[in-house]
Order: sequence, then C-alpha cells, then structure tokens
Amino acid sequence: MSVETHAPEPGPPAPPPDVAPARLLTVLGVGGAVAGTLLVLAFGLTLPRIEANRARALDAAVKEVLRAPARYDTLFVVNGALTKTAPPGADPKKLEQVYLGYGTDGRPVGFAVVAAEAGFQDVITLIFGYDARDRKLLGMKVLESKETPGLGDRIEKSEAFVAQFAGAVAPLVGVKGKRSKPGEVSMITGATISSRAVIRIINKALARLGPRLEAYREEGKGNP
Amino acid sequence: MSDELSHLHCGAGGGPVLPGRTVTAQMDLLKGLWRENPVLIQLLGLCPTLAVTNSVANSVVMAGATFFVLVGSSLLVSLLKRFVPNEVRITSYILIIATFVSVAEMGLQALVPEIHKALGAFVALIVVNCIILGRQEAFAGRNPVGRSVLDAVGMGIGFTIALLLMGSVREILGSGTFLGVSLFGPGFEPWVIMVLPPGGFFTLAFVLLTVAWARQRRAARAAAAGRDAAVARRAA
Repeated sequence: MSVETHAPEPGPPAPPPDVAPARLLTVLGVGGAVAGTLLVLAFGLTLPRIEANRARALDAAVKEVLRAPARYDTLFVVNGALTKTAPPGADPKKLEQVYLGYGTDGRPVGFAVVAAEAGFQDVITLIFGYDARDRKLLGMKVLESKETPGLGDRIEKSEAFVAQFAGAVAPLVGVKGKRSKPGEVSMITGATISSRAVIRIINKALARLGPRLEAYREEGKGNP
Repeated sequence: MSDELSHLHCGAGGGPVLPGRTVTAQMDLLKGLWRENPVLIQLLGLCPTLAVTNSVANSVVMAGATFFVLVGSSLLVSLLKRFVPNEVRITSYILIIATFVSVAEMGLQALVPEIHKALGAFVALIVVNCIILGRQEAFAGRNPVGRSVLDAVGMGIGFTIALLLMGSVREILGSGTFLGVSLFGPGFEPWVIMVLPPGGFFTLAFVLLTVAWARQRRAARAAAAGRDAAVARRAA
C-alpha cells in the first residue's frame, strides 16, 4: 500500500492495485470474530435485565387478572395434569405454566392462564384469570398484540371492553350490540375480528385446560 | 505530483472533494441539520420515518438508536479505513453497522422494553438504513476520524429533527396527545388515520412540501437580493 508510506495526512486511502485474497479473508475473518465477541458480551450483559423485565411484566399481569391476590403459585402443565414441581430433567422455563392465586385467607381465588393465537394482524398473546369453581373469568389483559392502532388495539385500550371479562361466565359468546347474558361479551364496532379472536383464544384455552384446572381445584381442596 | 492532487484523485468515485474550499468543523456538523438533512433533503431513511413516527416517544427512541449506530459506525469506519481493502469495504461497513444495531437492539430491550416492543422489527432494520451506509461510503470512509464523527452527529441530529417533526404532527392529530399527555381534553375526536400508515404518507408529503416551499422562497429572496444589488451598482 503506497498511500500508507507517504500520506500521513488525512485523506481517502488509495485502493491498492492488487490485494491478496488471503488479506481479504483475514480482514473479514478478524472483523467477524471481533464483532461476534462483542455481540456475545452485549448479550450476556443485557440478558439478565431483559429476563427481569419480562418476569416483572408477567408478574404484574398475573396480579392484575387475579385481582391482586395475596400470593400466587406457579404450576406446570405436565402430561395432562398440573403439578407444583417440574419433573426432573425438564427445563421449567419451557413447560407450559399456569398461576394459581390465593386470597388473604389462604383460599385459592383462581388461575391465571397465558394463551396466544392469531388475531387480525399478528398473534395476540393474552392472560386471563379464571375461577374454576364458578367457571367465571376474573379478568383479561392483552400481553402482546399488533392489532390496528385505533381500531383493533381497543381490545387492550378500551376499558369498557376489557372490563366485561371480569365476571363473565365461560364459555364466552361474542355479540354485536349490548350484552344481555353473563357469558356474553359485547364486541367492539370496527374491531370484530380482533374482539372475536380474544374470545376464541380464551374459549380454546379453557376447552383445553379447563377440566385440568377444575381437577386440580378439587384435589387441592384440603390444601391451604 | 502534489499532495493536493493525489488527494483529489483518491476522492474520485465518491463524495465531492471541492478544491480551494476550506471545510470547517462547524460546517461538517451543521450541514446535516438542514442544508443536507438526511430525510428532508436527501430523502434517505424514509422507511423508519414513515413506520415508527406514530408517537413522539417512538420517534425519540428510534432516532436515539439510529444516532448511536450512525456515530459508532462512522467512528469505527473512519478509524479502520486504512486496514480495510477496497474490495471488502461495503462488507466491512455492514459488519460494523450490524454489530452496532444488534447491541442497540439488546440495549433497548433491556432499558425500555415497552418502546422496544412498539418499534418491532424497525430497530433491527436500522442495518439497512441508507443514511448510515451512505455516510460511511460518502464520508467516513474517506475522511479523518474527527470530521467523520462530527458529520455523523450532524446527520444523526438531522434525522432526529425529521422524526420529531413527523412524530409530533402525527401524535397530536392522531391521538390528541404529546408524549402521552392529553392536549385537547375528552372532547377531541382523534384523527385515527394519522397514526395509521396513510397518515405517515400524508404527514411526510406535507412536511416535504413545506420544506421545499421554504427553500424555494429563500432561493427566490436570495436571487432578488442579488438582482437588487446589481441594479443598485449599475445605478451608482
């Protein structure tokens, strides 16, 4: 490289006439290795914060849909049953989890279940509280959605829509206009698909998990 | 051959190197704000400008992430330009930019998870933002470190100005709020379309129209002033 020898002055480097392929490989190889190392470092530094954020968001959501329980347990869904402890050898983070909340008197108040399915734009992830004894919902909160701003996103922003889920009897039925029965949910005008998706997600999750939740409830009757 | 000439020769094929014109640090910094504003004048980086400016907070975070990537990449590209062969120049730039973007993405996820969620894929897409690769190729790859950083800072601020312009208009009209604070009270019916994609296009069109109109007026005024001066000289 001629330019390095005679031009200490700042200026664009002249392209060398012929560059050995080995040099290109070295530059890109070293660059890639350095970049990779930096990424691993950044990942390691940020991961605890990111996981803590996620856990905090989930914790707040569980408490919200169980209407501020005194405490709650994490249960794992294993082979069609709920257990308090993950089976040995399984990663507890990868198992499906439900959360069982207890009131101040130590009696269970209900389960919080996370469920996800396709909405209008993308997958809607939500959490809902469910009282298995009365088969009633306690509350619903959308955790993640990309529904249309101003229309579909009212499934999480419209207080009137969200409030309907507290006390609604499962299975839910979406209606246009005013609700008249306890299992009915009045859908949002202009966001029928998103509203219907929320109802479908909850109904499907309950069809799948409901019996297990009830079974656990019976079995755990004597427990505090 | 003088240094000046060889310098000119090497500059060929990229950004203009004007002979006989001294470039001050101030000019390096300030040109990105208005005269060569990356969005409003160069019309680069329009994808994030349209996609994430539906609220002021989103615009600020997006602009901050882009600023970080732009300044970091310009610094590194300028520092390493002597070691990077011309043949793998673009590859190396992309490698540097992508590394900064990944770091920025993880940083946002750790610091502002809510906004990171709202920005979606657009943080990762900073990699392909033309402003950033454009500055490396046109400026940082052929200028000293100090000037490159100043240039990147200026362009970064220019991008921030453009995003804030768009974000303010769209949030005020589309949600009736500024940074989440309600401006008009409950009686205001928000223009929902302004926070939807068409609103982005409308806003961009009006912003660009205003900028072009202001530039035209300024040019017309400068021309008129020049004419007047010439007339006055002739009269004298």
